[in-house]
Amino acid sequence: MADQKKKKLTPTQQQYQQLAKRHEPPRPLLKNFVRAFLVGGLICLLGQAIQEGFIHYFHFTEKTAGNPTVAVLIFLSALLTGLGVYDRIAQWAGAGTSVPVTGFANSIASAAIEHRSEGFVLGVGGNMFRLAGSVIVFGVTSAFVIGLIKTLIRMGG
Amino acid sequence: MRQGHQSWVFPSRPVIVGSAAIGGPFEAKGPLADDFDTLHGDLMMGQDSWEKAEKVLLEEACDKAVEKATLRKDDIHFLLAGDLTNQLITASFSARTLGIPYLGLFGACSTAMESLALGALLVDSQSADYVLAATASHNGSAEKQYRYPTEYGSQKPPTAQWTVTGAGAAVVARQGKGPQVVAATIGRVVDMGLSDPFNMGAAMAPAALATLEAHFRDLGLPHDHYDLVVTGDLGKVGHSILSELLPKHNLHIPLDRYQDCGRMIYGDNPTVWSGGSGCGCVATVTYGHLLNRMRAGAWKRMLVVATGALLSPISYQQGESIPCIAHAVAIEAEPNEEG
Repeated sequence: MADQKKKKLTPTQQQYQQLAKRHEPPRPLLKNFVRAFLVGGLICLLGQAIQEGFIHYFHFTEKTAGNPTVAVLIFLSALLTGLGVYDRIAQWAGAGTSVPVTGFANSIASAAIEHRSEGFVLGVGGNMFRLAGSVIVFGVTSAFVIGLIKTLIRMGG
Repeated sequence: MRQGHQSWVFPSRPVIVGSAAIGGPFEAKGPLADDFDTLHGDLMMGQDSWEKAEKVLLEEACDKAVEKATLRKDDIHFLLAGDLTNQLITASFSARTLGIPYLGLFGACSTAMESLALGALLVDSQSADYVLAATASHNGSAEKQYRYPTEYGSQKPPTAQWTVTGAGAAVVARQGKGPQVVAATIGRVVDMGLSDPFNMGAAMAPAALATLEAHFRDLGLPHDHYDLVVTGDLGKVGHSILSELLPKHNLHIPLDRYQDCGRMIYGDNPTVWSGGSGCGCVATVTYGHLLNRMRAGAWKRMLVVATGALLSPISYQQGESIPCIAHAVAIEAEPNEEG
């Protein structure tokens, strides 16, 4: 894809892009990796602690504690989004805050807040899944395909 | 009067009799805070949406500029205004409030100088006595329209820029006291095939170069003619690219006299990545800081090159590259201020 795009460029454009590239500060990849690892891990650790809490104090089993744990994390993420803090943490943490379930909650909450000014139905309702929608669509589709493959393999075996 | 291929000179030297800059809370923390007429502590400006807040900015800038020119709104013949929102709602809704005959303009972030150049042309051709040129941008409405919801947690690369929350306006008149608009160069659209909307500086720098080349060629000026050449919102990345391109293209503008509004407005603040951007960036810096400095005698001749990236979220998603434009306006200090 990238090569195809490059082929369409004129020599002047290619020359300029090479020059421009030299002036771009590169993304601090290593720093981003470390931060994502730390923050992502921290969120998972928090999730684990919440789950343990549900098991020990509210007598959930390891299996049934999953749902309330996710609900608490989603609530915290939506709260931090509403308070205007989540996006600041995310600029620092990168993938660390967007990959866990908190990032998914943030994408929905932020879109809902942003489009509140256009009303509840067309604004909030119509735009809540603007970012999260594609995750759901492709998540469900790929789950279906994987499920199908698994079934076929089982039938064969 | 046209000179060369794409430039206008204004023999009657239309005068900027009043100018104003309004900013938001983040601009208030920047090094140019003292040059704003009003700084809002609330990003929403007491409104219930980003779009309405942006309209307040533009209306206040227009009111203030007219007031500083010691005129009334009825005296203004035409309002030339623009912004970054879809269908120019900020400019049009402000024009509804102001009640001045209005032409809406879109040149992305270059609109500030597009409107000033056209305003000077109207005045110079005796088509108007007073023209108000105004532009605005708002960080919230720009993020919402061009990027993600404002509270969405996405990490931006170091080449990204921060859209300025602010508005600038200038009253151009046939005579009066103040800096004079002497010439303008209208840019052509330049596309170097860049398609990263988080790197506008690199996309826009060639457009600024093309307009600068045209300006000096059309007007036959020596390259050190201006005490200050300032680009709109190339940011740190675009500024350093253009600084390399200028001598390569035999434009020997002294680099210590070349600055960029996007670099000036927030200083070295790393949280704005490459620097400021938006219609409000070049407008507030020019109509606030730069004209104030010119009135104070810091420099006599300056050239403001406002750059604009003419993309939309749809064109970007369809894989199109970013076409860019730049318009230049030459402003000179009032002659009797020299003595």
